[in-house]
Amino acid sequence: MTRYIIRRLLQAIPLLLIISIILFFLMQNMGDPLATMGGRKVTKPEDRLRLARQLGLDKPGCVQYVYWLIGNDWTKPIGEIPEPNAGIFTPIIQCLDPRNYIDSENPGVRKGVLRGDWGISLVNRQPVTKVIGERLGNTLLLMVTAETVIILGALLIGIYSALHQYTAIDNIITATTFILYSMPVFFFALLAMYLFSVNFRRWGLPYLPTVGMFEPGAGQTPSQVAWHMILPVATLSFGFIAGYSRYIRSTMLETLGQDYVRTAKAKGLPHPEVIYIHALKNAALPIVTLVALDLPFLLGGAIVTERIFGWPGMGRLFLDHVSRTDTAVVMGIMMMIAVAVIVFQIIADVTYAWLDPRIRYK
Amino acid sequence: MKNVAESGLLQPKPGIPILSPDELETPPLSLGQLTWRRFRRHRMAIFGSVTLFLIIIYAFGGMLVFSEADANRTDTGNALQPPSREHPYGTDTIGRDILARTIYGGQISIIIGLTAMVMEVILGVSIGSIAGFFGGKIDSFLMRMTEAMLIIPQIFLLLVIARIWAQSIPNLKLMGRTFSGSVLVIVFVIGITSWPYLARIVRAQFLSVKENDYILAARATGTSTRDIIIRHILPNSSAPIIVSATLSVAAAITLEAYISFLGLGVRPPTATWGNMLEGAYNYIETAWWLWFFPGMLIALTVLSINFLGDGLRDALDPHSRAA
Repeated sequence: MTRYIIRRLLQAIPLLLIISIILFFLMQNMGDPLATMGGRKVTKPEDRLRLARQLGLDKPGCVQYVYWLIGNDWTKPIGEIPEPNAGIFTPIIQCLDPRNYIDSENPGVRKGVLRGDWGISLVNRQPVTKVIGERLGNTLLLMVTAETVIILGALLIGIYSALHQYTAIDNIITATTFILYSMPVFFFALLAMYLFSVNFRRWGLPYLPTVGMFEPGAGQTPSQVAWHMILPVATLSFGFIAGYSRYIRSTMLETLGQDYVRTAKAKGLPHPEVIYIHALKNAALPIVTLVALDLPFLLGGAIVTERIFGWPGMGRLFLDHVSRTDTAVVMGIMMMIAVAVIVFQIIADVTYAWLDPRIRYK
Repeated sequence: MKNVAESGLLQPKPGIPILSPDELETPPLSLGQLTWRRFRRHRMAIFGSVTLFLIIIYAFGGMLVFSEADANRTDTGNALQPPSREHPYGTDTIGRDILARTIYGGQISIIIGLTAMVMEVILGVSIGSIAGFFGGKIDSFLMRMTEAMLIIPQIFLLLVIARIWAQSIPNLKLMGRTFSGSVLVIVFVIGITSWPYLARIVRAQFLSVKENDYILAARATGTSTRDIIIRHILPNSSAPIIVSATLSVAAAITLEAYISFLGLGVRPPTATWGNMLEGAYNYIETAWWLWFFPGMLIALTVLSINFLGDGLRDALDPHSRAA
């Protein structure tokens, strides 16, 4: 098992490298970061040149990538490098020329991602780790709560409809889950906001807040945050609850038809024990894999949710910094997500093997 | 049924299925007929198809009632009017009629969904079949790329790539109408980020189908690799491709709505259901009609396409013949 985990981790390294290269070169083409730097316009051409040089943006893309990856504190000035005149092949030739990597007029201070330096945000000149760190907690709070709600809700609904197959309530649940499963996140969010905040306030009922994490007057108390979390968490989780509960319903029905469940019933075990110990334990196994594989979708849903509900998390950070072409922060967020997704997939596989002794990895 | 049973031809015995007379007397059904029969019995799929048909009529037939000029005419004096007889869905922030915009926006949304699907199918099927058929180094290279694409949440990739070309394509004139160039960008972006799922499905299909004896036979008779892939393996892997292509139309429509909602999608003047929602949450308290109608249409379209896909999955799967 240890060997399996080590092998998976080693396999993840080239994968992360590919991802970082793809993303970095996408970011390179995203637009001129100097155009909207820090919200002010850099108009003078010589200022632009100076800034670009200072930030290393005058270097070819591949050099910028290498600096991003392993830093530039080993560079030294080696003087003028003639620009090759090779038409569309110029960038390739520049990338192949080692002099472009070594040369730097002012020796850099960046250590590179591999040594834990994620760079400086172009927008507010803060280290990327600090910028992301400030938002990470908020997003995690939302995600962990949503994931808990998703698993509990899906288990409850799935088990209930499996035990009451083809009853009126089961049919209603089936129809509702189908509708919710197809409903776009933003539409659910807008409907929920309209009903529970706007109309509840209009009708004089206790209404839910629509934006932010807490009322500015009340401060960031746990009860305020919990109250503000209800709608975002509901928005994040509804689709997954719908999907997973269908899944649990079908695995549960399958397990209930197994011989060992019949045996358990035949030897006179109490009903709850048969269902929750013998059937559910086996039926709920695949959900471990499902949760890990759907993490990218949950993160995707978080972008929209955070935007609508003004939740100060990573999704909004991502949107803000994408619109300003802040490569360092956007790369940081994306790579963090990539690592999280890969780690979760490994954890899911390991947990699955641990829970199900029939599976052995070599 | 009753007559046959009485005549003694078919004594109902417990546990033995009774064939209905038409199944006894008619010649064996073709694959298409069998599929249609199973599809027909899927009530939700029929509901989905009918709703989808109505939505398409709404979006394309509505052209006869409203001209595109109606959809784009601004009238700031009449901004944010609630639904009335004159404007059944109300007007938006600069006084455009929402009904007319949902009609023209629907066309674009549906076209984006379909073209993005075509692009996804071309990419996904070619990458998946190359990886599945040839195996070895090509397979592991293509699958690493696919994995890399799958690990980044699609919406993040979409937002980054959409931003690259956000403003760079000029408006297009086609059939006397002006389309925002960003429509092309969105189609392209959705297409090139959606293929990994399909590629995986196709690869898995190829891996299992290519082991069949008829492939060996084809190879033995000297069929070219191209013909083996196109004429033997692909038709036998078509069921999951069709299902996944159907569902991806819904996914593309939703994705377009997401990026337009986040402000990086299709630019004005072209309306889509998605960009009609842009900024609508600022009017959540004052103007519900701004987001309700386009949102409802997106939800309904996605729901009916999902039903349709579900029905197709059951109908095309030979293992569910009993259903």
